[in-house]
Amino acid sequence: MHCEFKHMKVFKVRFLQILLPLLITAGLMSVPFPALAALGGDVASVQADQAHMKAALQIQTGQAYTVHELHQTSGTVVKEFISPAGKVFAVSWSGPFMPDLRQLFGTYFEQFSQAAQTRVRRPGRVPLNIQQNGLVVQSGGHMRAFFGKAYLTDQLPQTVGPEMIR
Amino acid sequence: MHRFSTVVLLGTLTLAIGCGGGSNTPAMNKIATPTQNVQAITVDGGPPAFVTANGAPYVDGAFVTITVCAPGSTTSCNTIDHILVDTGSYGLRVLSSLSGGELAVTLPATSISGTPLGECVQFADTSFLWGPVETADIKIAGEQASSVPVNVVGDTTFATVPSSCNTGGPDDDTLNTLGANGILGLGPFPQDCGPGCASGIPPSGMYYQCPTSGCVPSLVSVPLQVQNPISLFAADNNGVIVELPTPSGPQATLSGSLVFGIGTQSNNALGGATVLTLDSNGNFTTTVSGISGAMSQSFIDSGSNALFFDDNNLASCQTNTFFYCPLTPASLTATNSSSNGASTNVSFSVANADSIFNSFPNDAVIPGLAGPSNTGGASFDWGLPFFYGRNVFTSIAGTTAPGGQTPYWAY
Repeated sequence: MHCEFKHMKVFKVRFLQILLPLLITAGLMSVPFPALAALGGDVASVQADQAHMKAALQIQTGQAYTVHELHQTSGTVVKEFISPAGKVFAVSWSGPFMPDLRQLFGTYFEQFSQAAQTRVRRPGRVPLNIQQNGLVVQSGGHMRAFFGKAYLTDQLPQTVGPEMIR
Repeated sequence: MHRFSTVVLLGTLTLAIGCGGGSNTPAMNKIATPTQNVQAITVDGGPPAFVTANGAPYVDGAFVTITVCAPGSTTSCNTIDHILVDTGSYGLRVLSSLSGGELAVTLPATSISGTPLGECVQFADTSFLWGPVETADIKIAGEQASSVPVNVVGDTTFATVPSSCNTGGPDDDTLNTLGANGILGLGPFPQDCGPGCASGIPPSGMYYQCPTSGCVPSLVSVPLQVQNPISLFAADNNGVIVELPTPSGPQATLSGSLVFGIGTQSNNALGGATVLTLDSNGNFTTTVSGISGAMSQSFIDSGSNALFFDDNNLASCQTNTFFYCPLTPASLTATNSSSNGASTNVSFSVANADSIFNSFPNDAVIPGLAGPSNTGGASFDWGLPFFYGRNVFTSIAGTTAPGGQTPYWAY
């Protein structure tokens, strides 16, 4: 699964030193943490996602892009793919729960939602595949084991293909 | 059971004609007769009111009739037809009569610290269900599970859908969107969530406590979670067998049986079935001839309408874009394997979905229906067409069953 990162350096952000204070701050404020954009947003939006999901963060840096892995305590892993320009061009998820797509898709949520609700549909369950105006969302799996991804076709760095987002 | 015997006869004819074709053609499977541990299954397009409103049947969906009662009552009960048989989920979701379903009796609500418990179910296609957790006795054939936490959906008197439950996809809490009066999740786990919802930080989009001020994500102890009712039967509680005959081709209906228990009675022996042990996510590995790479997140899901896997050699449909439309039916061979070292071949064919839906618009049974899983080759979802002509065993985690470690699928 992680073979595409073999050549990359892996280093962890220390949860206690950096993230815990953030979480505590968010808790003390006792207001919902700002839901900044993730998909299409900048690196800061990953931190908003991280706080929202109360997840541990792992960063993998490669030549074409950087991957921020958010490990939620529930077991779901969300990856956010960040271009050299500092933009989140793709997200993926895998685990026992669907992530909060509203948070993860940010400003693209409404476009996704409209497409998901108006797509040609027959009753029953089929994997989701939305490709509309540069936004691709693909989702599959079953209860207790979901996976999926979303990406912006016009923001994929050169040399990055959709198959690398997983 | 006139219709039952007719369909079995059709299946027999097909296999007699088709048996020379390949070495992996399954032998005609035996369908158990309805009795104390056997409930009739029908693939018939879904509830009539839904079919009328939808203008087309629910394709490749298997349904059973169950009885839901207030705990301990024999009079405060509803007999509910067209509950979807779903090996890809866990626990009973039942549609309220307030949204076109057949659950009309009042069931006791589950509360935590005095506030009602709600549950959100998010499906992989981003559709979702929402409603209270309530307690019911569930009767199927001669089996009963008592005081089972169930998810009542489409209860319009309950709290509104929380924002974090709404995935952005369709809300399926009505008869016309669900296409069923409920979903019976009898897959390989005993609860719909398990330990992930009982400790740590409550995941968004699962359980919620719903005081009048609004619903908030909540932890729920494992026994209070919505339970796979099979594991709460007094006996025959280690799994199920879905038994459906081979259809002759697209056809209006198909009848089979849902058998409770594995190796607990004379009618549910494992026999020579190959056992595929499941990983912690309920998956095994599939490879398909002509496609490179192993699909390590594969599963058997009677609640999926088709076989879903990625094959670049198969053209997608123009109209029903989530299905494949090869010019001529494609014959493929897959191998399913698992960590116990077992492996077994499956031959299947992929039909042109657009032309089938054009030619057989009113048929509920469509073998050969397949489409992309859009997972970059990571997953093969063996939906209901896989069940045609097979007896498929689902054993539940934490139980003892012949064939070795549970959970497993076997066929």
